[in-house]
Amino acid sequence: MFHWLEKHPFFFAVGVFVVIAFAGLIEIVPNFAQASRPVIGTKPISLLEQAGRDVYIKNSCNACHSQLIRPFKAETDRYGHYSLSGEYAYDRPFLWGSKRTGPDLHRVGNYRTTEWHENHMKDPKSVMPSSIMPGYPWMFTNSADIDTAYATQLTNAQFFGVPYNKPVPMKDGSTTVVKMADSVAQAHAMALEEAKKITAKMKDQDVKDAVAAGKIPEIVALIAYLNSLK
Amino acid sequence: MENRPLEYDYTVAKMFMLTTIVLGIVGMSIGVFIAFELAFPGLNTIFGAGLAEYTNFSRLRPLHTDAVAFGFTLSGIFATWYYVGQRVLKVSMAESKFLMFIGKLQFWLYVIGVAAVVVSLFMGITTSKEYAEFEWPIDIAIVVVWVLWGVSIFGLIGIRREKSLYISIWYYIATFLGVAMLYLFNNMEIPTMLATSAAGETGIGAWYHSISMYAGTNDALVQWWYGHNAVAFVFTVPIIAMIYYFLPKESGQAIYSYKLSLLAFWGLMFVYLWAGGHHLLYSTVPDWMQTMGSVFSVILILPSWGSAINMLLTMKGEWQQVAASPLIKFMVLASTFYMFSTLEGPIQAIKSVNAIAHFTDWIVGHVHDGTLGWVGFMIIAALYHMAPRVFKRELYSKSLMAAQFWIQTLGIVLYFTSMWIAGITQGMMWRAHDEFGNLAYSFMDTVDVLHPYYALRGTGGLLYLIGFFMFAYNIYKTMSSRPVEESELQNASPMGA
Repeated sequence: MFHWLEKHPFFFAVGVFVVIAFAGLIEIVPNFAQASRPVIGTKPISLLEQAGRDVYIKNSCNACHSQLIRPFKAETDRYGHYSLSGEYAYDRPFLWGSKRTGPDLHRVGNYRTTEWHENHMKDPKSVMPSSIMPGYPWMFTNSADIDTAYATQLTNAQFFGVPYNKPVPMKDGSTTVVKMADSVAQAHAMALEEAKKITAKMKDQDVKDAVAAGKIPEIVALIAYLNSLK
Repeated sequence: MENRPLEYDYTVAKMFMLTTIVLGIVGMSIGVFIAFELAFPGLNTIFGAGLAEYTNFSRLRPLHTDAVAFGFTLSGIFATWYYVGQRVLKVSMAESKFLMFIGKLQFWLYVIGVAAVVVSLFMGITTSKEYAEFEWPIDIAIVVVWVLWGVSIFGLIGIRREKSLYISIWYYIATFLGVAMLYLFNNMEIPTMLATSAAGETGIGAWYHSISMYAGTNDALVQWWYGHNAVAFVFTVPIIAMIYYFLPKESGQAIYSYKLSLLAFWGLMFVYLWAGGHHLLYSTVPDWMQTMGSVFSVILILPSWGSAINMLLTMKGEWQQVAASPLIKFMVLASTFYMFSTLEGPIQAIKSVNAIAHFTDWIVGHVHDGTLGWVGFMIIAALYHMAPRVFKRELYSKSLMAAQFWIQTLGIVLYFTSMWIAGITQGMMWRAHDEFGNLAYSFMDTVDVLHPYYALRGTGGLLYLIGFFMFAYNIYKTMSSRPVEESELQNASPMGA
């Protein structure tokens, strides 16, 4: 049979394809039926948080920080409850990372504050004296891309059924509604409201002034996102 | 016509040889730079605070991986295809204007694609998926380049004179099919502009922005099915294609066993794709998939070692050639590193080992003994074998080649040993508890302890890069200054002193 295949390239290629495609069919397809169910307490990401997630991705924070707490005592001691599949139901793309040059961030919102993040992003050594992380000072002046974050929300709602403007169950039995804007103009207004709450706890005067003037620096969005990781 | 020997046309092969060398230098230089950034963080801002946005580790890291994987390695694969393909199929590119056009078109689109990738990654335009960071416009360009390569492969096969397909061709076909399948499925994404225009609003946000079709755990599953098998179909399968051609050619020895080739090929094709799950051990992926990933990773030793043993035994009775020829040395050590790397990988895929190794530098070490030792050495050897035949000139310097071999080997050894120690230390420290059941070390303690190993790793990488510059110089001098060879030797490459 093999000799015959080596003289018939078409059937050879078909054979190779069948053999390599087999594993994917068996291993990947079944999971699609069940893995995207959110656990209780998982809610869609807000607009400013989405913009912050985009900043996180833009700077490849996931190259050094994971967002996946493994079920080991050492990890739950250090980072909190181990990660559950349903917590990632709205994560597009997933940001688990593959290398921990820095610590895991999946529940960083539980133990770091706005002020800590602000200092850390401006000069990591100011809060972690022997940190090897570089500073990200340009995040204090670059503006967050609210338009793209809004487009992302729209796509998530339309194509993937992410429940914006719908009640989602919380752990205490109540429900929460995460609102999505109806227009770009309204989106900017909503993001600015969120940003004002973050900057109230920040120190950098330029950032405060920018938000007061209606602009949203990247750092504000990023901190909103990091605070949401719980 | 029938009685004249074939004159092969190496135009496209030469073009890809050039990008192999140029992108190798670019990718490896960035690699060395970011390795030292981890040891000496001050380097992040060495080009000034204004440029730090573009020179920070996080921005350069994807550029490094993509430049070596899809710049250096893929160019090497294309260069060898446009050389090997003609020769084992006994047909010249010059015979078909169409295939020549396809080859050149593929090259120029590839170059444009590479430029787009470099610019977009510097700008921070990324989908965050490792080794698949490109947004949809570049993805489409990549698919076009890939389809053109497929036209070239099957076109050349279509007009072949040699009826039976040589082993290398099996592997090139598998590379084409495997990468096509993986890349398409992993990069399924919805451009956000589709949604915004459906909502009646046009031009909201970045036009190139897209969102993954898959969410959370599923996205991870597809990503690592891709990520692991990009290793299979970019770093393993086509490199085996190379060694099955170049080692017998250079040494004048026939492949040790045809049956072993068969077993190893079909075994590799069947087993490799199951193993991707080992990237997701202890994650939120269902347990049975994790176990499958783990078990198949161990089974994967068989076909991998089947190929490697077949290569090494090809040198049976001719081991004096290893001492005499630095070119053979490169290929024999490449096979050895392949064996080493395909044993190390399965060990890391065992659950209890993975609990320590995952997220640490040991994984980085594993990747690099594979890529530097196996992929890098084999591509270097292939280009060394091709150069005298393509340029019709004796290789410039044998002693420079030998010096390069030893410098680079030392570099690889420094690299993987330092990363082993770093990774295992890190993994053990993360999990250590004191006698009261509290964590023994903070995360910062583990960062502090890694500094010497990071410095050593950077040094290893630097040695490899220096060797690569010697390689580039040797090829350049071969092109430009050696006397023209009248006739082509059957096996061993003609070399200068």
